[in-house]
Amino acid sequence: MFENIFTAEAWREAWRILRPTLLSGIWETLYVTLLSTALAIVIGLPLGVLLVTGRPGGVRPLPRALMRFLNALINLLRSIPFLILMIVVFPLTRLIVGTVIGTAATVVPLVIAAFPFVARLVESSLSEVSPGQIEMAQSMGASPFRIVIGVMLPESVPSLISNLTIALTTILGYTAMSGVLGGGGLGKIAISYGYYRYKYAVMLVAVVCLILLVELFQLIGTRLASACDKRQKKNG
Amino acid sequence: MIEISHLSKNFPGEEGEVPALRDVSLTIPDGDVYGIIGMSGAGKSTLVRCINGLERPTAGTNVVDGCDVSLLRGRALRAYRRQVSMIFQGFHLLMQKNCLQNVCFPLRLAGLDRRAAIERGMELLDTVGLADKAHVYPAQLSGGQQQRVAIARAIATEPKILLCDEATSALDPTTASSILRLIREIQEKHNITVIIITHRMSDVEHICRHVAILDGGAVAEEGEVAEIFSRPRSDAARRLVFPQGEVVLPPLADTDARYIRVVFNGVSATSAPLIARMVKERDIVASIAAADTRSIGDRVYGSMILCVGDGRLAASAVEYLNAHPEVHAEEVTARV
Ligand SMILES: Nc1ncnc2c1ncn2[C@@H]1O[C@H](COP(=O)(O)OP(=O)(O)O)[C@@H](O)[C@H]1O
Ligand SMILES: [Mg+2]
Repeated sequence: MFENIFTAEAWREAWRILRPTLLSGIWETLYVTLLSTALAIVIGLPLGVLLVTGRPGGVRPLPRALMRFLNALINLLRSIPFLILMIVVFPLTRLIVGTVIGTAATVVPLVIAAFPFVARLVESSLSEVSPGQIEMAQSMGASPFRIVIGVMLPESVPSLISNLTIALTTILGYTAMSGVLGGGGLGKIAISYGYYRYKYAVMLVAVVCLILLVELFQLIGTRLASACDKRQKKNG
Repeated sequence: MIEISHLSKNFPGEEGEVPALRDVSLTIPDGDVYGIIGMSGAGKSTLVRCINGLERPTAGTNVVDGCDVSLLRGRALRAYRRQVSMIFQGFHLLMQKNCLQNVCFPLRLAGLDRRAAIERGMELLDTVGLADKAHVYPAQLSGGQQQRVAIARAIATEPKILLCDEATSALDPTTASSILRLIREIQEKHNITVIIITHRMSDVEHICRHVAILDGGAVAEEGEVAEIFSRPRSDAARRLVFPQGEVVLPPLADTDARYIRVVFNGVSATSAPLIARMVKERDIVASIAAADTRSIGDRVYGSMILCVGDGRLAASAVEYLNAHPEVHAEEVTARV
């Protein structure tokens, strides 16, 4: 299927298609990814905190039934494949955005798919905080809220950054996938302009752009996480 | 004053409840330096956690300054905990915060504004000798320095009680004693009550006035340090005082010979050549069969087994030694 991409004609044609679309495609992908991640964090971070603090033996145990419900809900949302989730939430998307087609519309299913994932990542980051430090804060009379704000979150910043980078790159992948069902951005270019029209060179360029974006996010995330970590640095 | 009476704590285990504390009763007066010593798993940590309300006892009461800690909840419990600070074996500093921020943590909890907290934080770091490390992160400090920061943090809100749970156990002996000295200085300066949890005799010897020996969750023995260390009565206390095991003397070869157990209960070090004087003055030939003495301050504590060659002189030796007020001597059989 790729034999025709090696002709000069194929690349000239690809250039015609990409010149007006590629930059805006990259921009759309970036902004959908960042916006969805931000919104997923807004919901997922407090939820992840609750998953840790609400456990039996946590700093503020919640009723077991509530914890079971939250865990079941998160597992349910995480087990639905993204494309099916997009279709399932179409009514909600239409309600919020007014349409199910286009860049803005994909933010709704993206956030719904990503916040449970973010909650789990936050849960795992916060679980790494040593019980001794939490006990220390408790022994000083810190309230559960102050323990979260003053100990659990600051102590797990490097781990949170690493994990949220994973969330960001995963959401970027979902963004591209949404191109199949009317989403915009690089995914739309790769699928609608490339794959469906047999313009494989177009698809290839869009995919390479996606790979570069993932690499870039990962690079920034890794750097940032280690720059923030005060545990190893000398002479900080 | 801390009044613990008939305190028990059970933890749920694989097969039913596992007792960690059994009917513990202790009274710790204000301004005391109180040691709680016991083997690992004896329930020491559980006991201090009950004192600051991190753990709720299964039975019994723990009354601090007239207030039953196990009845406190929520806000009142948190307010109480600010009066009772704790330092730990693992220091538990915030690793992503610098030393000053660590010391400011309890100050901010207590409601001080940022400027006031920083000012007081610097004073506290100065008290523990680490003013120059204010902006350094804990990972760059040695264990002893980290514990000093933890101490500065613990005393930041001027607590009435300082609980030290194995605070020196992760440190080498020299650093450990400098930390104990610091705790002692702070105790004397602010006249706070200090409770030292440890499994090491030397920690208690260094600074404690009273000690309780915890064994299997129960108090085996309790009293003044000097008294317990020189004459341990319980098995648990003997195991701690004589970690190498009890002195088992060989059966006497000579039927005439006798063993005398000499207990030094705070003999001043200058009158130590007591045995030599006895040998000289009474002309009693004695050899030292076993000895386990230690100096606390300038006084000698512990015990010694003398072997007197001529049994007829044993009574004379016992009489000579007992004339000294801080010495107790008695004839013993082979097992001591
Ligand atoms: N949270 C807990 N759950 C179950 N058992 C515990 C818990 N904390 C302590 N224990 C048990 O209680 C006993 C005393 O523990 P601890 O007070 O930590 O002893 P120590 O500090 O003297 O070493 C041990 O047998 C320990 O296993
Ligand atoms: Mg312990």
